[in-house]
Amino acid sequence: MEHNYEKSLARLEEIVKLLEEGGQPLEKTLELFSEGTALISSCSKYLDSAEQKITTLMNNGGTDE
Amino acid sequence: MITPTPKVYTVNELNNYVKGILDSDENLKYVYVTGEISNFKAHYSGHMYMTVKDEAASVKAVMFAGNASKLRFVPENGMKILALGTISLFPRDGSYQLYITAMQPDGAGALSIAFEQLKKKLEAEGLFSAEHKKPLPLFPRRVGVITSSTGAAVQDIFNVLGRRFPVAQVVVRSAKVQGEGAAQDIAAAIREFNEQNGADVLIVGRGGGSVEDLWAFNEEVVARAVYASSIPIISAVGHETDYTICDFVADLRAPTPSAAAEIAVPDIFELKSDLDAYKAHIYNVTKNIISAEKARLDAIQKSGALKDPVLKLQDNRRSLAYLEEKLTDITRNTLEISKNRLSSLAGKLDALSPLGVIARGYGIVNDDNGVVSSVKSIKKGDSVTIKLSDGSFGASVTEIYGE
Repeated sequence: MEHNYEKSLARLEEIVKLLEEGGQPLEKTLELFSEGTALISSCSKYLDSAEQKITTLMNNGGTDE
Repeated sequence: MITPTPKVYTVNELNNYVKGILDSDENLKYVYVTGEISNFKAHYSGHMYMTVKDEAASVKAVMFAGNASKLRFVPENGMKILALGTISLFPRDGSYQLYITAMQPDGAGALSIAFEQLKKKLEAEGLFSAEHKKPLPLFPRRVGVITSSTGAAVQDIFNVLGRRFPVAQVVVRSAKVQGEGAAQDIAAAIREFNEQNGADVLIVGRGGGSVEDLWAFNEEVVARAVYASSIPIISAVGHETDYTICDFVADLRAPTPSAAAEIAVPDIFELKSDLDAYKAHIYNVTKNIISAEKARLDAIQKSGALKDPVLKLQDNRRSLAYLEEKLTDITRNTLEISKNRLSSLAGKLDALSPLGVIARGYGIVNDDNGVVSSVKSIKKGDSVTIKLSDGSFGASVTEIYGE
């Protein structure tokens, strides 16, 4: 499955917000914490694993600049 | 003198005769005329009719569709033009006309007029409206590039994308960016990306060049394709000072192709440092929450609720230990005292023992009635037993002496 960085980051922001607001039970806090750190590590992994792929589609006899 | 017989012409013959004269005049085959356009009419067939005039005179002019379609600007009344054409006569009206083959605005260049006109037209139609502009994706997975595959621009774009965001896949659609058919090719490329949903963001552009070189990006067909694209488009044509119609319609104008690549993707190093910041933040916030919970727990422990039983228990334990100790002490002391008393009693007992007296050389005298403690209880001839410390012996009383 392709990594959805934007979605992960959005969830991460949500988690930070929930943690900052506080008021969560301790158990929930720890759950959010581990979800957050898991997201961070999957995002890091995504960024690190990247290697640029270039695909060239040719047109029918293009002239150059 | 022979008066020639006057030739009677029909009107048609006359006009055609004059037309013949005009058409045969080499000087009138290629005529440059400057003047101002008036009575301009664009026929639906594509032909253009107008009058070209100056302060003193005017001449009818026509530009047929074939030539008119090549114009890069739309002639307007009052516009000063330089026209190239042929002089001929239109037999039906009997008026001679300028048959225009090419025309350009006099003064401002044709291209700049064309640019202004198309810009005005498309702006009026709302193609430049801010509401229509689409936001660019924050983290594009596929960046589409429409440009010449051999130009400098494509390499610049590759370099920037590779440095900033190697995560993204780059899809290059090579396109003709100048000359005949370039605008159509660019427009087709934009449509292809949309049909195949081939990219999350598109960079459309080319490197620097003359106004003519960049012209394809000023053509309506490109503007329409950009407007119709559901994929956000960054226009990157020429240098910072070059503005094209494509720039105005695009969702974003980048000053150069490199800049377009910078805009198209985020910087991976910034993303990484953002992640680090998130990590630190989440750790801190969670740590604080846990500390707060601990403090709360401590407070509860110190408060009355749990204090009594705990302390009581501790107190009980402590007093129990104290009692145990005390008990041991007391027991030990009692024992000691008893021991001491015992030994002192033993001493006393020892002192009182008759055996001790005997040991010093005394003897105990017994007769049949027991211990003889007075001479008065015995008489001469009695048998007695005398006990010493190591034994006893029998004896007879031979004499009794009073004190």
